[in-house]
Amino acid sequence: MTKKIKLSELGSLFGSLDIEALEGVKIEGDVELDLGQMGLNPQMAYALGHETVQLAFHLMNISRILGYPVDQLPGAAVQQKPARLSNLIESKFSVARNEEWKTPIQEVVLGATSSDGGSRKSTVTIGGENALPYYFDSPMPHRNHITMDVFDMPINMAKAVKSNYEDVINSPAEWAKKVVRDFGADMVTIHLISTDPNIKDTSPKDAAKTVEEVLQAVDVPIVIGGSGNPEKDPAVLEKAAEVAEGERCLIASASLNLDYARIAEAAKKYNHVVLSWTQLEINAQKELNRKLMKQCGVARENIIMDPTTAALGYGLDYAYTNMERIRLAGLTGDTELNFPMSSGTTNAWGAREAWMISSPLKEDSDWGPREYRGPIWEIVTGLTLSLAGNDLFMMMSPTAVQVLKEITQTLYGLKETEQVNIDNWVSAVV
Amino acid sequence: MKLNSPLQVYKYLPQINCAECGDATCMAFAAHLIDRSKKLENCPPILKDEFKKKYIELQTLLAPEIRQVTIGIGENAKNIGGDDVIYRHQLTFFNPTAFAYDVWDTMPEQELVERVNKISNFRKFYVGKFLKVDMVAVRCVSGDPLKFAGAVKKVAETTKLPLVLCSFDPAALRAALEIVKDRRPLLYAATENNWGDVAELAQSYKVPVVLFSPDLDKLKSIGATFQEMGIKDLVLDPGTYPQGKQLKESFERFVKLRRAGIKEGQKDIAFPIMSVPLNAWLVYKDAVTASYWETVLASVFIVRYADVMILHSLEPYAMLPEVHLRDTIYTDPRTPVKVAPGVNQVGTPTKDSPVIVTTNFALTYYTVESDLSSNKINCYLASVDTDGIGVEAAVAGGQLTAAKINDTFAKANFDLKEKTSHGTLILPGLAARLQGDVEDATGLRVMIGPPDSGRIPGWMEKNWPPKQK
Ligand code: SF4
Repeated sequence: MTKKIKLSELGSLFGSLDIEALEGVKIEGDVELDLGQMGLNPQMAYALGHETVQLAFHLMNISRILGYPVDQLPGAAVQQKPARLSNLIESKFSVARNEEWKTPIQEVVLGATSSDGGSRKSTVTIGGENALPYYFDSPMPHRNHITMDVFDMPINMAKAVKSNYEDVINSPAEWAKKVVRDFGADMVTIHLISTDPNIKDTSPKDAAKTVEEVLQAVDVPIVIGGSGNPEKDPAVLEKAAEVAEGERCLIASASLNLDYARIAEAAKKYNHVVLSWTQLEINAQKELNRKLMKQCGVARENIIMDPTTAALGYGLDYAYTNMERIRLAGLTGDTELNFPMSSGTTNAWGAREAWMISSPLKEDSDWGPREYRGPIWEIVTGLTLSLAGNDLFMMMSPTAVQVLKEITQTLYGLKETEQVNIDNWVSAVV
Repeated sequence: MKLNSPLQVYKYLPQINCAECGDATCMAFAAHLIDRSKKLENCPPILKDEFKKKYIELQTLLAPEIRQVTIGIGENAKNIGGDDVIYRHQLTFFNPTAFAYDVWDTMPEQELVERVNKISNFRKFYVGKFLKVDMVAVRCVSGDPLKFAGAVKKVAETTKLPLVLCSFDPAALRAALEIVKDRRPLLYAATENNWGDVAELAQSYKVPVVLFSPDLDKLKSIGATFQEMGIKDLVLDPGTYPQGKQLKESFERFVKLRRAGIKEGQKDIAFPIMSVPLNAWLVYKDAVTASYWETVLASVFIVRYADVMILHSLEPYAMLPEVHLRDTIYTDPRTPVKVAPGVNQVGTPTKDSPVIVTTNFALTYYTVESDLSSNKINCYLASVDTDGIGVEAAVAGGQLTAAKINDTFAKANFDLKEKTSHGTLILPGLAARLQGDVEDATGLRVMIGPPDSGRIPGWMEKNWPPKQK
């Protein structure tokens, strides 16, 4: 049973057998293995280190081939329970940068200062990416920005949001001031919803006055939104663009189901940026962008896309993947899709989980207090889209704005904080 | 997987077109293997001895790029990993991120039991199913192996959910393993300090094990070492730092690991990844802030590649968005999400309430439904089987027709003349051109609603109840 071999003899011993697995095994020194008693003892192998362990395995296999009843050997335990190694196998991790992302996203400036023919104190630049957001392949040139909603008339709002705006709900100018001063909005969106013929049918001229008031109230760049009525919006936005001449506002929006050419024309004439809005359909987005550029002559640096935001639980899967596909298409060379993106993140409040007092279903676990559900619904909706490549967020809840800023700016690399040691998180008392 | 066309797969199949797999031909079956909608085991002939070699070869070639690891046993067992793509639109993501919520061994027993029950009983109805959470992670806070084992015992008695045993002390892990060795728990964790002892535990108890190091070189080294020792069911925790530059770097590590595993086929690190959003609690003490930030961290890593995560907050405002986002990311983008066709009540409709028609595309249906319910409009809402296609496209594509609408009411035994006082149907604005057809097919009065269900409240004010003919 006891057969001693020296490692130096292995070569000749195995010489007659065709064992590929032995190739490349380096044997240093001369070690005596005792097949019968200790040769396959895991402790022994452990002490000898990694290469010898491999050798021991092969040796055992060879022994079996040679007819030794290895499975009954004391060392056969090795088979079920491979030996321990004494040292970590040294290893270096590396991964390549993505070489397919060769086309940068268009950079777009919103707002114009006095030196550029406007009256804004600051401007906002978005776009310019060469990679998916926050990826190591290429740093994002500009952080995400947030524009907060202001309406030209009191509207229905979830309770958790409304409490922030009760004092300004009748004055768009005061409302705009408040979101910039108190809630850290980078920009303000004035929604001219009262112009809808089904609401108040405010005239384009009167609506434009509201735009002027907002421009005077704040010095950040603004977004001008219509009511969403496809018949009325072109006239409303045209007039608004006129009174805001030179301010490089974002005009929201041109879409395929209205007279986009008229909106594009107004944006060109009065120096604004066009929001190209489509509904969750990448090919429609391509088509509209192409029409804006080729047919209407809108310059590339004046286009931002809104591919539609659906709320968490209500189609966010489509919105997310649509945006991710658009961004990837842009980065890999589709010059009809490589524009910055904007999200109507406020849509998150459409989800009943955001506003309903409790679940209508008795089988559900308790939904808890709704005042905490709403803002996080808006945050998660926005955050998910930020990871897909969205640049600009149209938002409503001050809490949501604050948290979304914190996480997007952290991933962007702006947040310096003290180091946290997570090595013992397992035993942390939380 | 290493194969990307049905033809390549076909070469390994028996090629006898016996149809036992449910497909008419081996080629058709091959296509299902490629899109992972069927498993090799669905083909009985290939399991026979004569095809054994091909079966084994094909099995290797079809294995997903990221190793699939099973935690737990029986019907509560969870698979994690198993992905083949880095963007969901390229195929779909498999095995939704497993959520493990923590308990700890210094909790009073009654609190522990309550918390475990809360975890295992959580449910949220969504598109015809309940969203739930998956595991209980038991943390050794006491430092006492016996105490830890005691807590693990109590948890195991209370729930059938899979367990994650969390301690860096091999003695504590061993004590706990002795209690639940039959439940295939996930061991957390091997580090550069304790890896030898933890490896031995993973070997002798045959359980999956997490390797933890924020240094990817070290993580890979530990992984290589474990694999060399024959331990293959590995999970990688590259560290989830809760804030600042450290968080940015954590994010980058997740992206790098997954890219290396799938795009570059680096088999030696192609394992499921673990994230620990619970670390939010290391920097925020206030429960609301910490819960919010934990949800934020969870969201980031649900989207970017965590296959399992450890969470702390059981607040509904944390759990609800978490389970919904996971569903969002892991829903198969190849199949449109549908709701069951039929006639449903919204609120408490009476004979005078309107009857509104929409499609069974889940997004459309739930949007309309929430527009109605949030405006407290009591009504009947019919979802017509349009193969999960939205109104506009379904009208254009012929999936929404007068016959289909008629059929929906017939199948639901819903006779408008009997159930309503008005005998009127309301069609979506985007289906206006079906008005005449539907009137002919149903013999009912048909009104055209607004093109966007958000405008239904305004439309109702003007048009409802309908004027007598
Ligand atoms: S069961 Fe197997 S052999 Fe039979 S048709 Fe299907 S794939 Fe071919």
